[in-house]
Amino acid sequence: MFVNFFLELRQAKVPVSIKEYLALMEAMDKHVADYSVDNFYYLSRSVLVKDERNLDKFDRVFGHVFKGLEALPPEGATAEIPEEWLRKLAEKLLTDEEKAQIEAMGGWEKLMETLKKRLEEQQKRHQGGSKWIGTAGTSPFGAYGFNPEGVRIGQDKNREGRAVKVWDKREYKNLDDTVEIGTRNIKLALRRLRKFAREGAEVELDMPDTIRSTARNAGYLDIKMIPERRNKVKLLLLFDIGGSMDAHIRVCEELFSAARSEFKHLEFFYFHNCLYEKLWKDNRRRHVDTFSTAELLHTYPPDYKVIFVGDASMSPYEIAYPGGSVEHWNEEAGQVWIQRVADTYRSVVWLNPVPERHWSYTPSIQLLQQLSSNRMFPLTLGGLDSAMKELNK
Amino acid sequence: MKFTGTDSYVASDDLRVAVNAAIALQRPLLIKGEPGTGKTVLAHEVARAIGAPLIEWHIKSTTKAQQGLYEYDAVSRLRDSQLGDERVKDIKHYIKRGKLWDAFTAAERPVLLIDEIDKADIEFPNDLLLELDRMEFYVYETQEVIKAEQRPVVMITSNNEKELPDAFLRRCFFHYIRFPDREIMTQIVDVHFPELQRNLLREALNIFYDIREVPGLKKKPSTSELLDWLKLLMVEDMSPDALRSKDSKQLIPPLHGALLKNEQDVHLFERLAFMARREQRQ
Repeated sequence: MFVNFFLELRQAKVPVSIKEYLALMEAMDKHVADYSVDNFYYLSRSVLVKDERNLDKFDRVFGHVFKGLEALPPEGATAEIPEEWLRKLAEKLLTDEEKAQIEAMGGWEKLMETLKKRLEEQQKRHQGGSKWIGTAGTSPFGAYGFNPEGVRIGQDKNREGRAVKVWDKREYKNLDDTVEIGTRNIKLALRRLRKFAREGAEVELDMPDTIRSTARNAGYLDIKMIPERRNKVKLLLLFDIGGSMDAHIRVCEELFSAARSEFKHLEFFYFHNCLYEKLWKDNRRRHVDTFSTAELLHTYPPDYKVIFVGDASMSPYEIAYPGGSVEHWNEEAGQVWIQRVADTYRSVVWLNPVPERHWSYTPSIQLLQQLSSNRMFPLTLGGLDSAMKELNK
Repeated sequence: MKFTGTDSYVASDDLRVAVNAAIALQRPLLIKGEPGTGKTVLAHEVARAIGAPLIEWHIKSTTKAQQGLYEYDAVSRLRDSQLGDERVKDIKHYIKRGKLWDAFTAAERPVLLIDEIDKADIEFPNDLLLELDRMEFYVYETQEVIKAEQRPVVMITSNNEKELPDAFLRRCFFHYIRFPDREIMTQIVDVHFPELQRNLLREALNIFYDIREVPGLKKKPSTSELLDWLKLLMVEDMSPDALRSKDSKQLIPPLHGALLKNEQDVHLFERLAFMARREQRQ
């Protein structure tokens, strides 16, 4: 039974190893859990889960293994049911007779199957009745009704204390990975990108050198100093601004402020939709104060790491053809400029705030992904992490 | 040795189980959670509850793992050698013990608190793997092995500023302190201010949880901030009515400085309170 639990955790991508499993066995052996299910849950959670982002997955696996459910509900199942349907409106009081009737409906498997079917059929919010999902009905699906074998959805109190599984009691839900990112987390991810070097004023005592030169100095103290270790990475941030990027302005702001405080050598420029021959630093004076892209390539040496931030969502013409820009006549196509950047700098990545699952529907994203030789990453914590790894190569 | 919470610390069931598991199995316990939910205090209370001495090691961004074991003071040895001091002949005089050494050789089984491990460099936890696993280390200068006679109860706190390496996590138990709900919060306040008026507490908790609900706050107030605020309210002898008075000119709760630590948050809250009031009037 426990082996099963362990394997299922691994399957659900909770990183557990033999070491942790043995620790759990050892704890059971020492009676830490006192034979109570609750305590066993707390114990196994503290032994097996090492990151609050995995607590939600753990809860689901635990519920599944120890409460006898047939399968993990798919990730999207809860999310796809609009709250609107489930809003508390009324409650139906059932007689004991009716309760007995519903008992007879069938097992869990059948319930899941029907739920799936019902979800496909149903389009609107529904209340009462005994088939559609909604509230206060006797259908097995939905909340605030009575069906002893029902699945409870979007209900925050354990009303009847009977349902097989409470999906929404997963208290650690919002700590799961891939959620939007705050500046602190971004800084964390950016810290992967560090290359230390000693440069500048000599402020630290260099112990080995001091000992060496003192010995050479016939035992008379000869103190040697060295500069402090500092992050030497140089970063060039190129932001797509305006238009479709307005929807992502917040996450870009966060990335920008995090990067600014993390790197001493940071340069940034803006472009619109696609990179062409001109860039600018101040959006209010974008038509007056421009910086030529060719000059950019010459000014910043190839050891700079380049990060494009943009949704890459535009008409493919804007990338592929001269004159494709929506704002001005460009002599050379956007892809030529992007290629030049890729040729000049060894480390180039593209961060895209559009969710990764939508990428395949936008031709321009695919085009730019090819142009950046598949080094496009979603602008989530996970994506940022992989992007930084890529830059570090 | 069983930890069940103390008269000044309310421990939830899951926290109790986690602490007891760590004590029984002699593994380090990693505590994470929002700032101000009592991570550091926990170590103090565990030490008090099981009657063990507490050894604290506060981590800073410049802390190296080696400093927790020992440091060799080469400079003072060099200096002594020039002054012709006799002590210079024995290298032992220049080895300074670190907190881990203290913890390993303590007469009683101590509680070792490694506070805010995420503040140190990314490599820091990796450098302590063997030491925390086997509870021993080797002193190169004197060629001796320092081994723990009794494995100390190790508590590690983290504010999540850095991810900890997997190999390190494997060796720890983990507990995430969730933000307490109203019921537990009432218990916590009771433990700290037993003489607080019921209705004042109720009003204060209402305001406190309202503030936490405000979307877009840069820093949500936490347990320790609530306790500070309550202390202030008691010192100022605030009446429950003063907290409830919705029609007064004041938009934000009295002495809000204890709860909102950021001027943008104060502005945001004022604006929302103003809008809410305008709606009420209409």
